Amino acid sequence: MEKAIAIQMKGITKRFGEVIANKDADLDVRKGEILALLGENGSGKTTLMNMLAGIYFPDEGKIYIDGKEVVIRSPRDAYNHKIGMIHQHFKLIDVYNAIDNIILGESFYFDEAANKAKIASLKKPEGNESRKEKFKRNIKLLAARLEKAGAYIKFNWLSRNRGEDIRAIADKYGFAIDLKKKIYDMSVSEKQTVEIIKVLYRGADILILDEPTAVLTPQETKRLFDVIRNMRDDGKSIIIITHKLNEVLSVSDRVAVLRKGEHIATVNTAETSETELTEMMVGKKVVLNIDRAEPKNPIDRLTVSGLSLINKENVKVLDNVSFTARAGEILGIAGVAGSGQRELLEAIAGLQPAATGKITYFKPESNEAVNLRAKTPTQIREMGVRLSFVPEDRLGMGLVGNMDIVDNMMLRSYKKGKFFFVDRKKPKSLAENIIKSLEVATPGTNIPVRRLSGGNVQKVLVGREIASSPTVLMAAYPVRGLDINSSYTIYNLLNKQKENGVAVIFVGEDLDVLIELCDRIMVICGGKITGIVDGRSATKEEIGLLMTKGRQMEQSPSTVGQRG
Amino acid sequence: MFVIFLFNAIRFSTTFMFGCTGETITEKGGNLNLGIPGIMCVGAVGGCIGESIYLKSLSDISRINPFLAVLIPILFAMLFSGALGMLYCFLTVTLRCNQNVTGLAITTFGVGFTNFFITLVDRTNFNVASKSFTKFFPIQDASNWFVKLFLSYGVMVYLAVIIAIIAAIILNKTRLGLNLKAVGENPATADAAGISVTAYKYGATGIGSAIAGLGGLFYIMDYLNGSWEYSIDAMGWLAIALVIFSIWRPNWGILGSILFGALYIAPSYLNVSFSQKELLKMIPYIVTIFVLIVSSIRNKKENQPPASLGLSYFREERY
Repeated sequence: MEKAIAIQMKGITKRFGEVIANKDADLDVRKGEILALLGENGSGKTTLMNMLAGIYFPDEGKIYIDGKEVVIRSPRDAYNHKIGMIHQHFKLIDVYNAIDNIILGESFYFDEAANKAKIASLKKPEGNESRKEKFKRNIKLLAARLEKAGAYIKFNWLSRNRGEDIRAIADKYGFAIDLKKKIYDMSVSEKQTVEIIKVLYRGADILILDEPTAVLTPQETKRLFDVIRNMRDDGKSIIIITHKLNEVLSVSDRVAVLRKGEHIATVNTAETSETELTEMMVGKKVVLNIDRAEPKNPIDRLTVSGLSLINKENVKVLDNVSFTARAGEILGIAGVAGSGQRELLEAIAGLQPAATGKITYFKPESNEAVNLRAKTPTQIREMGVRLSFVPEDRLGMGLVGNMDIVDNMMLRSYKKGKFFFVDRKKPKSLAENIIKSLEVATPGTNIPVRRLSGGNVQKVLVGREIASSPTVLMAAYPVRGLDINSSYTIYNLLNKQKENGVAVIFVGEDLDVLIELCDRIMVICGGKITGIVDGRSATKEEIGLLMTKGRQMEQSPSTVGQRG
Repeated sequence: MFVIFLFNAIRFSTTFMFGCTGETITEKGGNLNLGIPGIMCVGAVGGCIGESIYLKSLSDISRINPFLAVLIPILFAMLFSGALGMLYCFLTVTLRCNQNVTGLAITTFGVGFTNFFITLVDRTNFNVASKSFTKFFPIQDASNWFVKLFLSYGVMVYLAVIIAIIAAIILNKTRLGLNLKAVGENPATADAAGISVTAYKYGATGIGSAIAGLGGLFYIMDYLNGSWEYSIDAMGWLAIALVIFSIWRPNWGILGSILFGALYIAPSYLNVSFSQKELLKMIPYIVTIFVLIVSSIRNKKENQPPASLGLSYFREERY
């Protein structure tokens, strides 16, 4: 049975300066279906959806809702057409609680027609009425005339017991959430729940989710998909943007594929396969497997023992962490986001001076042991330790967004050069090299990296870190937000480093990839190591269990502490 | 003696109570308007122009209508300072200039504008007109401390307190305030929620500047009894310090203003030399730095400045 079409986009083109984000793209979404939007990074999926949500305005093309042409100039217009978008980076106010975030920007609605009818009926006297009846009628008339003002005041005055209708929506779809909790106290999945309730509260019939599973655990993802299916059965249309092919196949009804801003095809999920989708996305056949060579001559390169760290909020983020990273081996770190992965890598890189315990590095030439704890990054480098760090926060810690590619290369080499003049020639050739070998899509070396898409930013960062020929390479979520093709480029780069005898530490979120790529996988939960498993024999379930081991115990005291 | 000290402190504090309330509203919308000192100067000169026009229209000074003699300068002050606020907004919101640089430019411009135009304003009979400002309640019994402390001010003192309370209620209790604070915290979120960021920023800065301008007018017409002094911009900087001191809460700003006023005039009541007086006048600023340090150490999210304070917003910016 063909379902009716809810939204149709025709010939949409959007340019950002010289960059074409969408070119003549078509898309249609039916009522009561889950449509997956698939495409590589920079293929214009998010841009296309932002035009439905009113964030961007298309340069060319038309949008039809229920067969009627509409113009969406602002997010408010989108809400009026019952379109709600849940952005990849949540759009929530940290210092507000859930209710305030949900009612934010709501526009005042008053049923004028009903009120007018009421006034008109009260104006007419009902046959012969007594003076008392007439007086009563006039009072009622006055009340009816003031109804709008009253509703307006009630709407604008934020009373303490607001949020009952929000509670009702949460209960209807089975969300378990404390609506009075402040956003900054919430976990990522709670924030996402708030976003979903928000668009439902605003009456959206078409929900757009931009990479909703990127930050969720397998269990949370499953719960989210149940909710999405619930909403579909409720007659709503859902567009889900994702890179993960297995999710596309498990949750969607149809898949629309974009490539370089153009719409390639829309196919029924039941009639397609992973390989076919990948081919459509990339435009050529790609081999999707990671060669995992046996580690050659694995000797200990970095030993961490008894590492603990208490952060500024007085929460113990690392608790007695001990492990060894070996040369020629990839050590994976699995765990729910925020379990201490970031702090662990930062402690090793010399960015968390407060850590206690031991961090020992063994020099490859002499096997001499060097202590790295409580050393600054400069000191570490001066000791001849070649440590590279790809932080998860690319544009915050890794690169400077407003500087161009060459200048970002120089962040590693600015101390070289004659006197106080910097050497710009070498970084420039390095930048050109990286652009060529890693296929960075950029108009040139002179554009600020902030203007590149996420995948290309990551390639620049990883390229720079590898170029310094490290002996230890730490990468935190290096493929977050990257498409398949770029992800595999990064995996292959890591593998190549491993073959060159580098000790690679890889913090990942996709368990399938961790199992395929890593030689050993260390699982971290609440700052504690809950297990180190062999990458060749481990299963997803086993790791998933370790990831949540003792999690409830860890969480409750810390949240109580933050609230007080 | 103490009652008179407190009376003068409250009276003096009104100048920057206006400025503080206005700047708080502006900053809640994410605009760090460092042009407040200039805007207060322009408010003062605008009010003087209004008063002068009104006084000229009278055939005889004895026929002065106290109501109009107050209302017309107030409207003029708000018009002038609001217009300068709008100029600031046009530069920072529409043209997305740097807010700090624009604000300082507005201050420099406002002070210069004022110093030039005040020489052209005919200020005869201003001391008479000032009496309409300083008397509000008919009872002025100096011997009763209650009357002295609560009922013997000019109309603008009460106005300042009322405006501050209304501002606090709007910011904390209404949807208007919720939306405005959202714009100051995270304009992209507010925008995606359907709030017009530009309209809120213009509105908050325009209204905030108009309120701040009243501070300049009060200083001249009430506190100085109609005589001119080139020191309004100093009051403006105090007002900006006060916004931080009151951790962006207009109701706390009332108490903060009175405290600042007391600290500022205290040296005159102490038997100290001129140079020591100037040293004592630094206390409000030191207290502000102290509050900044304490609130930053405590690191409570609700007591921090609006998160996007000082940043321009452009919807189609790519991150």
